[in-house]
Amino acid sequence: MDKPSIIQITEEDLSLLINDIHLTHGYDFSDYSRASFRRRIERLITIDQLSSFAELRYRVRTDPEYFAHVVEEISVTVTEMLRDPAFYKIVRNHIIPVLATYPFIKVWHAGCATGEEVYSMAILLKEAGLLHKSLLYATDMNPAALAKARKGIFPLSQMQQYSRNYMLAGGTQDFSSYYTANYHFASFDSRLNEKIIFAQHNLVTDFSFNSFQLIFCRNVLIYFNKDLQNRVLKLFDDSLEFNGFLALGTKENIRFSSIAPNYKQIIGREKIWRKIK
Amino acid sequence: MIIIGGSAGSLQVVFYLLANCPPSFDIPIVIVLHRDPHGLSRLAELLATKTTLSVKEIEDKEPIEKGCVYVCPPDYHTLFEDRNSFSLDYSEKINFSRPSIDVTFRSGADIFGKELLCILLSGANADGADGLHYVRQQSGITVVHTPEEAEVSYMPEQALLHGRADQVLRKDGIMQFILQFA
Repeated sequence: MDKPSIIQITEEDLSLLINDIHLTHGYDFSDYSRASFRRRIERLITIDQLSSFAELRYRVRTDPEYFAHVVEEISVTVTEMLRDPAFYKIVRNHIIPVLATYPFIKVWHAGCATGEEVYSMAILLKEAGLLHKSLLYATDMNPAALAKARKGIFPLSQMQQYSRNYMLAGGTQDFSSYYTANYHFASFDSRLNEKIIFAQHNLVTDFSFNSFQLIFCRNVLIYFNKDLQNRVLKLFDDSLEFNGFLALGTKENIRFSSIAPNYKQIIGREKIWRKIK
Repeated sequence: MIIIGGSAGSLQVVFYLLANCPPSFDIPIVIVLHRDPHGLSRLAELLATKTTLSVKEIEDKEPIEKGCVYVCPPDYHTLFEDRNSFSLDYSEKINFSRPSIDVTFRSGADIFGKELLCILLSGANADGADGLHYVRQQSGITVVHTPEEAEVSYMPEQALLHGRADQVLRKDGIMQFILQFA
C-alpha cells in the first residue's frame, strides 16, 4: 500500500524561504542546520495541511500572525525539568558550591524555551540558600515559549517524571512542595521566578548583554551549523566571567570551536566547561 | 552509506552483522536502535567488542569517516547535515521513539539518494516503514529482515505492508548483501 508522499522540498525552496523570512521579518535562519530546518518546515506543512510550498511562502510573506506561528513551530521547545539528572547532580555538587563564593550570582539560560530548566536551577539555588542573591536571565527568540515560561505552569502529567529526575539529581525535599496542582496543571511557586528575568533574545542576531558566572545553553546549538555554533560560542565567551562555567547539551561539544583552547572540561562525562583563560 | 534500524530483538543481529564485516570494510554504517533514554549509553562500547571496525556514538556535527560504525545516541534524532557530517535534533518523538528510524532513513535519503542502503530488523513498533518507503522513492536500496526469522516480527511486517523492500532476507542473506558493496 502506497502512502501519499508529502510535498517534496528542494534545497532551493529552503533558501528562498529563508531569504523571504529574513527580508520580511528580520529573523535569520540561514546558518541553522539545514537538516533540522528542513524537518521543521516539513512538519509545518503537514500540521497546517498546506497545499504547496508556494502557499507557505505566500503566507509567511503576507501574514504576520501566521509568521508568529511559524517561529513557534520552527523553534524546538521540547524540554523537561532537571533533564539529564546526572548533569544536575554535578551542578548541585560541584558548581553551586563555587557560585556560593560570589557576593552576587548571575546565570544565563540561553534558549530557555518554555523554561523548565531555569525553574530547575532556581530550585537548586533555593535549596542551597543562594536564590536570594542570584539573578537568572532566561532568554529565547520565541515569544510564545517565553510567555509560557514566565507563567511557570507545566502539565501535571509530567510531574512524576520530574520528581524522579529531581531525586536522581540528588534532591531530598518533597518535589511536590514546589508547585500547586490545579486540574491538569502544576503551577510553580512564584517565589521561584521572582529572581528570573525573562527576555526575548536571538542568539543569531543579538549581542552580549551582561556578564555571568554560569551560562546554560542546552540542546540549542544542535540546531545551528558549525559557523553559527562558533559565533554563538564566542558570544558566550564574551559573556562569561573568568572561571565561569559553560554548560551545553549531552551531545554538544566546543572542541571544534575557536574558544576551545580557553576552556577545560570539568569532571565526568557531562558537557560542562570552565573558562580558564 | 548504510543505515541499520531496529528495536526489540534486533541487537543480536546487529552484533552478527558487525562481527562479519571485514576490517577493510570502508562504507560508514549508522546504527539506529530504540533504547531506554534514561539508560546508560554503553551501546557503542558494547558494539566495539564485536567488531574490528571503529565504533563511535555520534555527537552533534560529528564528521563522517570511512570504515566507521556510528551509533545514534539515545534521546536524540540523528540527521545527516551533509555528506560529511551528522546533526542531532531533540524535537518531538516520532512513532513514540527518539531516535526514530524513520527520521534517520529519511534524512539519509535526502542527502545520499541512491547511494544509500537501509536495513530494517526486528521490533515491536512500526517505526522505519515510512522511512523505507521514502528511501525507495529517492532510489535508495531497502532490505528487510524476514519476519519469519526476526525475533519480533511486527516491525519487518509493517515495513513490508507500508514501506516495501527491495530484498527480504534472512540474517546471513543480509550479510552477503552488505558484503557485495565492500
